[in-house]
Amino acid sequence: MTVRNFKVWRGDGSGGQLNDYQVEVNEGEVVLDIIHRLQATQEPDLACRWNCKAGKCGSCSMEINGMPRLSCMTRMSTFEEDETVTVTPLRTFPVIRDLVTDVSFNYEKARETPAFAPPAGVAPGEYRMKQVDVERSQEFRKCIECYLCQNTCHVVRDHEENKKAFAGPRFFIRAAELDMHPLDAKTDRKEYAQSAMGLGFCNITKCCTEVCPEHIKITDNAIIPMKERVVDRRYDPLVWLGRKIMRRDELEQEAVAVTTLHAGEPTPQPDGAAPINWHREIPAPQAAVAEGDKLPLNEVLSDRTGASSPFGDEIEFPVDPATLNYYHPDRD
Amino acid sequence: MENIEKHEYDVVVIGAGGAGLRAAIEARLAGKRTAIISKSLFGKAHTVMAEGGAAAAMGNVNSNDNWMVHFRDTMRGGKFLNNFRMAELHAKEAPDRIWELETYGALFDRTKDGKISQRNFGGHEYPRLAHVGDRTGLELIRTLQQKIVSLQQEDKKAHGDYEARIKVFAETTITELLLDGDRIAGAFGYYRESGNFVLFQAPAVVLATGGVGKSYKVTSNSWEYTGDGHALALRAGATLINMEFLQFHPTGMVWPPSVKGILVTESVRGDGGILKNSDGKRFMFDYVPDVFRKQYAETPEEADRWYTDPDNNRRPPELLPRDEVARAINSEVKAGRGTKAGGVYLDIASRRPAAEILKRLPSMYHQFKELADVDITKQPMEVGPTCHYVMGGVEVDPDTAAALSVTGTVQGLFAAGEVSGGMHGSNRLGGNSLSDLLVFGKRAGEYAAAYTDSLEKRPAIANADLDAAVETALAPLNRAGGENPYTLHHELQQVMGDLVGIIRRKGELEESLARLGELKERVAKVGATGGRRYNPGWHLALDLRNMLLVSECTAMAALEREESRGGHTREDFPKMDATWRKVNLVSSVAKTGEVDLTHKPIPVWRQDLLDLFERSELAKYLTEDELA
Ligand SMILES: Cc1cc2nc3c(=O)[nH]c(=O)nc-3n(C[C@H](O)[C@H](O)[C@H](O)COP(=O)(O)OP(=O)(O)OC[C@H]3O[C@@H](n4cnc5c(N)ncnc54)[C@H](O)[C@@H]3O)c2cc1C
Ligand code: SF4
Ligand code: SF4
Ligand code: FES
Repeated sequence: MTVRNFKVWRGDGSGGQLNDYQVEVNEGEVVLDIIHRLQATQEPDLACRWNCKAGKCGSCSMEINGMPRLSCMTRMSTFEEDETVTVTPLRTFPVIRDLVTDVSFNYEKARETPAFAPPAGVAPGEYRMKQVDVERSQEFRKCIECYLCQNTCHVVRDHEENKKAFAGPRFFIRAAELDMHPLDAKTDRKEYAQSAMGLGFCNITKCCTEVCPEHIKITDNAIIPMKERVVDRRYDPLVWLGRKIMRRDELEQEAVAVTTLHAGEPTPQPDGAAPINWHREIPAPQAAVAEGDKLPLNEVLSDRTGASSPFGDEIEFPVDPATLNYYHPDRD
Repeated sequence: MENIEKHEYDVVVIGAGGAGLRAAIEARLAGKRTAIISKSLFGKAHTVMAEGGAAAAMGNVNSNDNWMVHFRDTMRGGKFLNNFRMAELHAKEAPDRIWELETYGALFDRTKDGKISQRNFGGHEYPRLAHVGDRTGLELIRTLQQKIVSLQQEDKKAHGDYEARIKVFAETTITELLLDGDRIAGAFGYYRESGNFVLFQAPAVVLATGGVGKSYKVTSNSWEYTGDGHALALRAGATLINMEFLQFHPTGMVWPPSVKGILVTESVRGDGGILKNSDGKRFMFDYVPDVFRKQYAETPEEADRWYTDPDNNRRPPELLPRDEVARAINSEVKAGRGTKAGGVYLDIASRRPAAEILKRLPSMYHQFKELADVDITKQPMEVGPTCHYVMGGVEVDPDTAAALSVTGTVQGLFAAGEVSGGMHGSNRLGGNSLSDLLVFGKRAGEYAAAYTDSLEKRPAIANADLDAAVETALAPLNRAGGENPYTLHHELQQVMGDLVGIIRRKGELEESLARLGELKERVAKVGATGGRRYNPGWHLALDLRNMLLVSECTAMAALEREESRGGHTREDFPKMDATWRKVNLVSSVAKTGEVDLTHKPIPVWRQDLLDLFERSELAKYLTEDELA
């Protein structure tokens, strides 16, 4: 047992501050255990959400040292013993109290996403599907709705104004899931994602995939395929011709040069090959944990509007596409 | 005067787990204005934790399976104490309820010919559990959640408002049911977020609040499981049955805290894991009961040979039935040979090469590695009995799910899911809960809707009752120097874990009742600091009285039932007794708050159901007179 230092954000919609606490930490505990001990011994009214304490319900999302995480899955042993652990509420959603935020945004978006459309004329009990076919959708159905991806996505993280038009990665995988459902009767899932869910806002930074506790490949397996096939469908013969007749070496040079975040026109590419290696490793960005003894947390304390980004304050959005593992073929 | 938000609904469903959501869907499909109330966010209820699957005799994997086989298995599992009609309905209707989920968009794992795959599970004769990897509960709840969304989308089209006919009140806790005479008139509670009060005026209420595990020290259950539904029902005049039957798993993790309560599957023992006490002794050899002597090895050498040569050697004693293993662990710990956390060691690391463990127990390995940084290929696990499921619950009419009272029914009150009792008898088979939720959730919704049609006028709520509910809810906040709810909760868990745990004795049960009595007085003086907005201390203070009331029912029934059966093990009455099979123990509370326990004969079996069993098998459970 050791006594360790914590900073926990306390307050509500009208403001708050990081409080210092010394709390006992036992071997094998996770951050949520510490929050519970804090409730039981020092702050009985400290608000936080949790249910299963096993990484299954997605209730206990918070930001720990600036990283969006499930607190029941964040082991204390991942921190140095003399390290101060800072716990703050999710940044993207309005604070209700302490570590509890108002996540109703997500429920509204869930409600707007068109539901499964059962195939006509197939009676219950008569559904037949192959395991390989359901597996693609099953990956997305693993989602525990922790909303860490929603919290992380820069499109809404510090841009309240985008919330109206942007459903967010959680609901892109819902659209993809239904799109890939072997028996779903609706055929315009991708187009809907593009036109009504704001898929076009996404510029494949992969931050959402990075934080997903269920390791769902949100970008690679849902967003990118949906974007690609949206492009496929709005098929442009000239571009196609361009792809066919240009020499590969010309293409690569040209493409790197003209690729901008939102290119005016889809850039031609040789047979599906991108001008950028999508699969190369990019170093995981790090958040600035503490400045002095304070985490720049809200408007009052910080030198900028908004919290420090979980991906480091050096990163500026929009990200230069040349540094991304994705090549953006189209913009809307 | 408090400002209370008021809503009018036809059917109010308390609980957003599998049972609650299924009930709400049915009520809405019947055209009723329906509210769903849940203590946590929508989609987080305990049902998400279920892993194994949902039992339904679809016969996809083995075509010999049918409802009669499922019925037999269920009755055997519950040691013939189950309400036979519920077990019958469950076995007959489960397949339809599962297939229906596919039309809502569920994606179960498939067989080769594209049907829903079914897996084997303890107690089920054929592969029967529809599943999705090890996250079946999540699939179930998400599917129902999405079905509700789709109904809301229909309503939006028809009425311009998503919430025209079905609305979810998340993070809202019901603290009291309100009556008009012996009829339900509404439900009262608070929004966790704001601490403001809310009143639902409704002629029909469906309870689907889940279980009671949070009264125990080591449990696989979440904070929501404080027995609210059980207590609400009692206070509304309904009765509970069989509260002595709780399912404990013998090997749940007790240490480290990050995995406390998580279950360690039996296959760890089947694959060579052994149990050791803190002296390092493999103690199970000392606990082989006489009746099992012939089948179990006497020396470690023989036991170890069994894994490779089961035909010529007897089984290792680690593979004794669950209750024997639990009893052995319990005895070692009570004799002071347990670990500091109150468990024993389950060691597979020193017995099998790391590569083999990884191959045979991949998800166990990952779960412990990720959650607790415990490497089960290198170190032993610390395990002990874990409270998992409550078989007892609200006594209901099997067909309609209407809650019964001492004199008849509580008009307008329905219960389904873990909060209801009877279906599982003295022990639940794995996988039978998820199907139970669907079958009886649907029935509860359907009959609640029908009940509202039968009414001539809406029942009215008395102002005095409302004022009393407000006062009770605010009391802890007004008691500045009151006792800390977390301390009281901890003590309650201690009492229940130590004295009303997996193995029970008369003396200990009597002591538990005395201790619960003291706690009851202290809980009446519990205090909460802070304000009303999202204040977990206050919420716990309010949950405590429910936990205490339900714990009292459990302790009393456990003391009364002088036999061992399923989830109730008395060390002083180790055998099953056929005369006790004929009895349900029924708890109710008087106006004064005293718990009353009575014996009630179980319903008489229909002959055609009895005929499903061999006479020789029935002879093991029924008395001579019944057989004659
Ligand atoms: C680890 C684990 C694994 C399991 N695996 C399986 C399995 O493989 N197969 C199987 O069949 N079963 C399994 N079970 C059992 C099964 O999950 C539960 O019995 C079942 O989910 C209970 O569902 P329910 O609908 O009754 O209640 P729950 O899903 O628990 O929902 C209860 C609801 O009631 C609400 N509530 C409670 N009190 C109040 C109140 N006062 N006011 C308002 N709302 C309230 C809660 O917020 C919640 O929404 C498992 C259980 C556990 C713990
Ligand atoms: S890839 Fe980036 S922009 Fe796109 S949804 Fe994920 S976090 Fe948002
Ligand atoms: S996709 Fe992953 S990160 Fe996003 S809500 Fe689901 S589980 Fe959480
Ligand atoms: S408490 Fe359920 S995911 Fe953390």
